[in-house]
Amino acid sequence: MPTKIEKDAVTGKMTTGHEWDGIKELNTPSPAWWLYTFYATIAWGIVWIILYPAIPWFGGATRGVTGWVAREAITEEMASASAAHAPMLERIRATPITALLDDAALRDYALAGGRVAFANNCQPCHGAGGQGAPGGYPVLADDEWLWGGTLADIEQTIRHGIRAEEDDDTRRSQMPRFVADGMLTWAQAGDVAEHVLALSGRSTDAAAAARGAPIYADQCAACHGEKGEGMREQGAPNLTDRVWLYGGDRRSITTSIAYARAGVMPAFQGRLDPALIRMLAVYVHTLGGGEPDAGR
Amino acid sequence: MDGSLEAKASQSDAPAPLYASRVKVYPAAVHGPVRRAKWAILIVCLALYYLVPWLRWDRGPGLPNQAVLVDLQGMRLYFFGIEIWAQEFYIVTFLLVLSAIGLFAVTSLFGRVWCGFTCPQTVWTDLFMWVERLIQGDRNARMRLDRAPWTSEKYLKKGATHAAWLLIGAATGGAWVMYYNDAPTVVRELATGQASTSVYFFFGLFTLTTYGLAGWAREQVCTYMCPWPRFQAAMFDDHTMIVSYRPWRGEPRGRHKAGASWDGHGDCIDCRQCVNVCPTGIDIRDGVQMECIGCGLCVDACNTIMDKVERPHGLIAFETLANLDASTAAVAAIPAGPARFEPAMKARSGINLLRGRTLVYAAALLLVTGVILGAMALRTTMDLSVQRDRAPLFVRLSDGSVRNAYTVKLLDRRQSPGTVVLEVAGLPGAHLSVIGAETDAQGRPLLSTRADGIVTWRALVTVPDDAAPHGSKDIDFRILDPSGRRLTAHESAFVGPGRP
Repeated sequence: MPTKIEKDAVTGKMTTGHEWDGIKELNTPSPAWWLYTFYATIAWGIVWIILYPAIPWFGGATRGVTGWVAREAITEEMASASAAHAPMLERIRATPITALLDDAALRDYALAGGRVAFANNCQPCHGAGGQGAPGGYPVLADDEWLWGGTLADIEQTIRHGIRAEEDDDTRRSQMPRFVADGMLTWAQAGDVAEHVLALSGRSTDAAAAARGAPIYADQCAACHGEKGEGMREQGAPNLTDRVWLYGGDRRSITTSIAYARAGVMPAFQGRLDPALIRMLAVYVHTLGGGEPDAGR
Repeated sequence: MDGSLEAKASQSDAPAPLYASRVKVYPAAVHGPVRRAKWAILIVCLALYYLVPWLRWDRGPGLPNQAVLVDLQGMRLYFFGIEIWAQEFYIVTFLLVLSAIGLFAVTSLFGRVWCGFTCPQTVWTDLFMWVERLIQGDRNARMRLDRAPWTSEKYLKKGATHAAWLLIGAATGGAWVMYYNDAPTVVRELATGQASTSVYFFFGLFTLTTYGLAGWAREQVCTYMCPWPRFQAAMFDDHTMIVSYRPWRGEPRGRHKAGASWDGHGDCIDCRQCVNVCPTGIDIRDGVQMECIGCGLCVDACNTIMDKVERPHGLIAFETLANLDASTAAVAAIPAGPARFEPAMKARSGINLLRGRTLVYAAALLLVTGVILGAMALRTTMDLSVQRDRAPLFVRLSDGSVRNAYTVKLLDRRQSPGTVVLEVAGLPGAHLSVIGAETDAQGRPLLSTRADGIVTWRALVTVPDDAAPHGSKDIDFRILDPSGRRLTAHESAFVGPGRP
């Protein structure tokens, strides 16, 4: 209820001119410094609205008189960042991949970039540091390579992928589904598995291994080699060593024979810059299993 | 009657206000030995500050030739022949600890000589006051000028003062950035507008803080902002030399007519010269107080007056509390007057430098100095850092052997690159290879170093399946020079598969 603004006898302050149930409120204004700071922020805000994009509008916010737009600023920054990288990337594209390791500057640059690109593109399947994953994701840090471990081999694999449908130059091979397609019985598959175990001296059933040997020679040796040494042209793994992508016990080997294995890796050509693919190849090569390129 | 009593009661009940506005201090000019010492120290301090960045020191090609330089980009600290890398910055921490203990030791011996003579706040304030006095005149002239209306002369004098202060501030800020950049280059860049934003920022920051702190804030920095005066009393004891007024000699103070007898009269003639020259505006005759920065200008001022009234020097002096007490006790029975002088001065004892407190500080100084010298002496020219790959934990190779991979960083402080041998110890049957490195006749990897820099290598340690440890085993990486002498080493571990 409005009332007269008057001086309060006790405190000497003015009242606000309102009264509620007989209680009058003293006028205690905000401190002057606070008010002026507040006014200054308003003035600042008006200047800001004039200079910069501020008010949401149909088809985008109002353009300030400076014409500054955050999206354009970041685009410019990214453009200048890529411009800074351009000479190095051009050198990497122009250098034969086998010579990339010889130039310390190129190698360090490729390793740094390759590490990041690996984390972005390869790590989901191949794991951090190329540690691989059970079930068909090869370890990239060991010395076993299905399709070859030279820089050129690795670059080829990354560019065109493995059994990548979209790429005509992809690495392609198909192991038959021996049991599933009726070429062998389960018992024969078990015998072949026993023979495969015998290749690395792990067989416990000599009779079964002996039964499996002629089947192996007929069906498997064409790709995996007479002694199981494998064949990189076909991506056929070495069967005598300790590295087993899908498991090296009798059951896993029998399953592999019965249903076949055919891992797929996408082709990165077109998705990644050729220079970045080379940097990835250098990074993977240095994980521990890199093989020297031909003629070196 | 009642009303007035109530009013009085409420007045005395009202709490004293917590805020007091500054009373501007107009220190008068003073002459004497303390003032001369202060000028000399001021000149030395400023000369060091402004000239040190210009000193050159040849470190060979590719390295800065500035004697004292903080290289933030390269994360190095150059101090003449000493080069401190970022990871050795603890040495600088120990230097700061050493400085702090040194400050404590000096304070407990001689009072606040740091505050009064060498603190940058004191030095620059002194310089600013000198400029002010040169342009606006001494204490009385300055007070008159402040009271006078704004005439063209006042505008001119005040403007010239502030312009001179800003110039000194700019020189201070300009010298500061020289410690972080090559001095001749950064000066040229500053002058031609080509320096980086951060250089201009710090140039501006130090210009304005110098101007503000030495021109405007002055003694308020010491009284309100600086933590040191708040706890320096903890370093004082009865044997600390502090700027003291000798009440046994000065009291009862009061006016004295030339030629009259001094009997029954203290030597203090209450001329207030000690107050007028004080840069913090206090009265030293009130005894030791937090605001006193121990500059001793009141000693010079009082001695000048003592010469005029033909009394001996030292009514205000650098004196210990113990001596003050001894003198006071010695003259308790003697009435005020010149007769007190001799017995009081005789009762004093010499300076007691070897006290428990100072011995503790001396021991701490020696200890920290030893730590610094030891750390400097034990620095190697080469540092090895080995970090084991955590993913994959280990790799099983096709022949069943187990391999761990390591990132090896080799830091070489020498000015020319060299070749060293890397070997691994503590794991029988282990084979060490480094990607991209040559090997020596024994098959050990040869690493080339980068002069005054770091090279990163990738090392692989492989052991046959039957020799692989179950779980983790500690191993040592060692760097040998070509003659087989061990240069440095780094501990790491080899992880093998757990027991099946």
